[in-house]
Amino acid sequence: MSDSMTEMIQETPLAALHVELGGKMVPFAGWNMPVQYTSIMDEHAAVREKVGIFDISHMGQFFLTGEGAETWLNTMLTNDVAKLDIGEGQYTLMLNESGGVIDDLIIYRQQEARILLVVNASMIDADYAWLKQHLPEGLTLTNESDVWAGMAVQGPSAPAAFAGLFPDRELPARNGISMWSCEGETLCVCRTGYTGEDGFEFFSSAETGEAWFKRFIDVGAKPCGLGARDSLRLEVCYPLNGSDLSPTRTPLQAGLGFFCSLDKAGGFIGRDVLAQQKEEGLVERLVALKYTGRGAPPRAHYEVFSKEGERLSELTSGVLSPSMREGVALAYLPVSYAKLGTLVDIDVRGRRCEAKVVKKPFYKKP
Amino acid sequence: MNAPANLRYTPDHEWVLLEGDVAKVGITDHAQEELTDVVFVELPEDGRQCDAEDPVAVVESVKAASDIYAPLAGEVVAGNADLEADPSLINTDPYGAGWIFQIRLNDPSAVEGLMDAEAYSALLG
Repeated sequence: MSDSMTEMIQETPLAALHVELGGKMVPFAGWNMPVQYTSIMDEHAAVREKVGIFDISHMGQFFLTGEGAETWLNTMLTNDVAKLDIGEGQYTLMLNESGGVIDDLIIYRQQEARILLVVNASMIDADYAWLKQHLPEGLTLTNESDVWAGMAVQGPSAPAAFAGLFPDRELPARNGISMWSCEGETLCVCRTGYTGEDGFEFFSSAETGEAWFKRFIDVGAKPCGLGARDSLRLEVCYPLNGSDLSPTRTPLQAGLGFFCSLDKAGGFIGRDVLAQQKEEGLVERLVALKYTGRGAPPRAHYEVFSKEGERLSELTSGVLSPSMREGVALAYLPVSYAKLGTLVDIDVRGRRCEAKVVKKPFYKKP
Repeated sequence: MNAPANLRYTPDHEWVLLEGDVAKVGITDHAQEELTDVVFVELPEDGRQCDAEDPVAVVESVKAASDIYAPLAGEVVAGNADLEADPSLINTDPYGAGWIFQIRLNDPSAVEGLMDAEAYSALLG
């Protein structure tokens, strides 16, 4: 089992391959991961225009099985598990008692009473402990994070890459999952991603991960690192836990109310805080900010000021968008500053860069 | 590794070309390769007085901002305005069109104290 509580830096089953492919390795969430291979700009463009492949083996996989799995899981997560038919998945959040975000994750119903949870790398241990702590008798939760290698194949040509390797198999529909046996192992494909492009996430055994990663490269996927993964997700305003999501802010503040089913039977941990927030109105909201002119790239933790010079907050994420060549960022702002069109200043090393509150996402497919 | 013999180098991976008492400064091929994809350059203001190793400019890639230091003490006399329109010149032509600023040195002979191409190449190993 993985243990991100120790200082040990962990490696995915693909680590040696990344180095062989020229990946520049950096520590991320306790894992040694490629930030880029050739260039973030090129890798970003490959995903927007063709197809790229990312190692996501550091992410966690839990399996929940047993009679009543759905009913219990529904009390632990914000979205409504009951809406999932077999083979379907959904984005959802796990909250603490104060309605703050522990983690955001995707769950898939594989069988009536067998549910796969895919969680963030940095949160594997914390999530597992939280779930175990609440797990009733009769249900089984297993952490199979080390058993699987994972890769995200993303971009408009991702379906063609899949067809290249599996001519006789169909990709599941958006958010769907399918599992099958192939050459003596179990393979799993989910039609999900973190880039705003079509694509899928593919899981094999840790032992065969390297071979599968190479096969996807052979059918046209360009190896992409965490740098491009971050710029791609930020352009489409997908939140990053630990940056844009935190234990002290609710999903309503993060603009993720769509994934919170306040009315589902049985409620869920944190629900009452959300209901109260909804009734009383939000004090602050996660907004999308875009530079009005040229300027040094916005980055996380840069401070945000009102035009009158009052410090409002700091950026939770920021990047010079590779697709649009404009500074884009996310920040929690008081609702009086969260209206579309509001102008604010971002402090970049003592210089003020003007930015405007804009509609999410920053990037839409042309 | 490309490190032209007519230039001098700092341990911070900057190159210096002395022309009279004015030094032209940029970052080395190795440095641009490490940074990759320069997307923004913050130039120093003309007339700025600086000591050796003062941070005077910032070169930014998608992922990170890196300070560029004055190689020696002097007064900044020019920044390369072409970089504002095309920061990637630092990647495509680090020793030419990608120069970053010019500095009038208080003591031009101090350039002799910087590494030559051989010493810099040895530093990179």
